Amino acid sequence: MSGPTRRAVLGTLAGLAAAPALGQDARGRVVVLGGGFGGASAARALHRAGLSVTLVEAETTYTACPFSNEVIAGLQPLAAQRFGYEGLRRAGIAVVHAVATGIDGGARSVALADGSRLPYDRLVLSPGIALRFDAIPGYDEAAAEVMPHAWKAGAQTELLARRLADLPDGGTVVLSVPANPYRCPPGPYERASLIAHVLKTRKPRSKLIVLDAKDTFSKQKLFEAAWKELYPDHLEYVPLAAGGQVTAVDPGTMTVRTDFSEVRAALACIIPPQRAAPIATAAGVADRTGWCPIDPVTFESRLVPGIHVVGDACIGGAMPKSAFSANAQAKVCADAVADLMAGRTPATPKLINTCYSLVAPGYGISVAGVYRPANGVLADVEGAGGTSSLDAPMEARRAEAAYAEAWYRTITADVFG
Amino acid sequence: MRGLRALALLALALLGLGAAPAAAGPVPAPPGASSCSGCHGAHGEGAFAPLAGRPASDIAAALAAYRSGERPATVMTRIAKGFTEAESRAIAAYLEQQAAP
Ligand SMILES: Cc1cc2nc3c(=O)[nH]c(=O)nc-3n(C[C@H](O)[C@H](O)[C@H](O)COP(=O)(O)OP(=O)(O)OC[C@H]3O[C@@H](n4cnc5c(N)ncnc54)[C@H](O)[C@@H]3O)c2cc1C
Ligand code: HEC
Repeated sequence: MSGPTRRAVLGTLAGLAAAPALGQDARGRVVVLGGGFGGASAARALHRAGLSVTLVEAETTYTACPFSNEVIAGLQPLAAQRFGYEGLRRAGIAVVHAVATGIDGGARSVALADGSRLPYDRLVLSPGIALRFDAIPGYDEAAAEVMPHAWKAGAQTELLARRLADLPDGGTVVLSVPANPYRCPPGPYERASLIAHVLKTRKPRSKLIVLDAKDTFSKQKLFEAAWKELYPDHLEYVPLAAGGQVTAVDPGTMTVRTDFSEVRAALACIIPPQRAAPIATAAGVADRTGWCPIDPVTFESRLVPGIHVVGDACIGGAMPKSAFSANAQAKVCADAVADLMAGRTPATPKLINTCYSLVAPGYGISVAGVYRPANGVLADVEGAGGTSSLDAPMEARRAEAAYAEAWYRTITADVFG
Repeated sequence: MRGLRALALLALALLGLGAAPAAAGPVPAPPGASSCSGCHGAHGEGAFAPLAGRPASDIAAALAAYRSGERPATVMTRIAKGFTEAESRAIAAYLEQQAAP
């Protein structure tokens, strides 16, 4: 730890956050990059383990994706999705609001947009996703202003919510869903359900067409049973085999093209394919798939030592890309980082994921899994997990809707509170 | 190292920064335990029963009943089946040691 480097760090921190007393901790510096579900959870867990942590996050306010489908359907205000970083600061974590422009895995430092460098002994990266604007012909960033993806919560969520509220009765809505892997596997189907709920209750002559680039999806039987029961006239699902793959869009004419047909939409939500956020590629931790291979015990990158990747950006094996997974992975990763920095061998972990979805207000379903490292990846623990039962009584659906809301309050309090 | 760690913890305490749970740091969470708070949060946010500080025997008994399917549940049966009896007991013992909310 050289004098000038340390001064540079403190220079960066000055005025942005008070350097914590633990900054002098001789056991090393941990930097966490990305203050979403994965990164903010990691920073807290590392801090709890007694390590000195600096969290780097571009935005001063985080806008959470879970429950943003409810915002789109007008069931919840966008304000309920926003969280600040005061809670983390109060807990004693140094939070630096800056865009990271590069990572030097050899020299172990993060370059920030103001030109300063933040040295680390270990880096935890949870930068989330990038939307691939090169994947669907016609669908670029400008097109997203006309045909919102709303797959990063914020202005896009508001845009889609407004467009849906303004939709004339009788207009066709198109929702396009990418192939795996992508952020939140059941998310598009929850969105389809809640859009259909809006149509059924407020625009009864309208219809939603879901164009899917795959044939099977998360909680499929439960979603399809609910759609048949609740939205028989308002939701049409087109799988890959029936021509569901979107091959091009034209925002000028509001046309969505597939191999077999062309749909003119009054409203189109296009969820494009994704990859790890650009900083992962810049750091050299993303492979040719665009995602980051990791060791399933420590979450350390298979490509660059000293960098641990959690959350949507990592290749989580059987674990889906969810806020629940990101939080669980962050805690396991933090324990492993603390062990490694203290010269201990990290224990083999087990992790849980659960994703709740609402198919209508008061009607919740879930998918759960328990995971462990096997053959170098995170694999399902056999005999555990699965979805809510198909024939569960309405009482259980109501309970799961309430649990979904409770989960959102719990996890956001755990991470940002 | 130990001294530094103690100093660091002391500094934390003096600064009044976040009440670190008694078991933080030295007592590592057994496999799976850190995932439970995704729902059973430290803050006791409504619907999920808080687990921190609950007697280990209660937690272990509930997990065994969920694992066998004897106790009906919306989600716990699916989760409990992912842990052996020994793992469940270790998680229960760990949770008992956590400061109650
Ligand atoms: C509609 C929708 C519904 C969802 N519902 C659920 C749900 O019900 N349950 C669930 O578990 N999950 C849900 N998810 C998934 C969940 O939102 C993600 O899995 C989760 O946000 C992943 O966390 P993360 O930390 O990997 O990434 P993010 O939450 O995206 O955080 C990444 C952070 O890194 C920052 N960052 C990136 N690059 C840089 C840089 N270069 N410099 C500085 N900062 C940077 C970003 O600003 C961002 O704050 C949903 C997602 C969507 C889209
Ligand atoms: C996805 C959310 C979720 C996760 C994760 C979760 N639980 Fe639960 N837990 C529940 C729900 C919901 C109930 C109520 C029973 C039901 O419907 O499943 C419950 C009930 C319980 C109970 C009974 C509480 C009582 O007083 O009746 C215990 C004990 C318990 N869980 C332990 C655990 C442990 C230990 C873990 C981690 C290994 C865990 N849970 C992870 C949601 C969760």
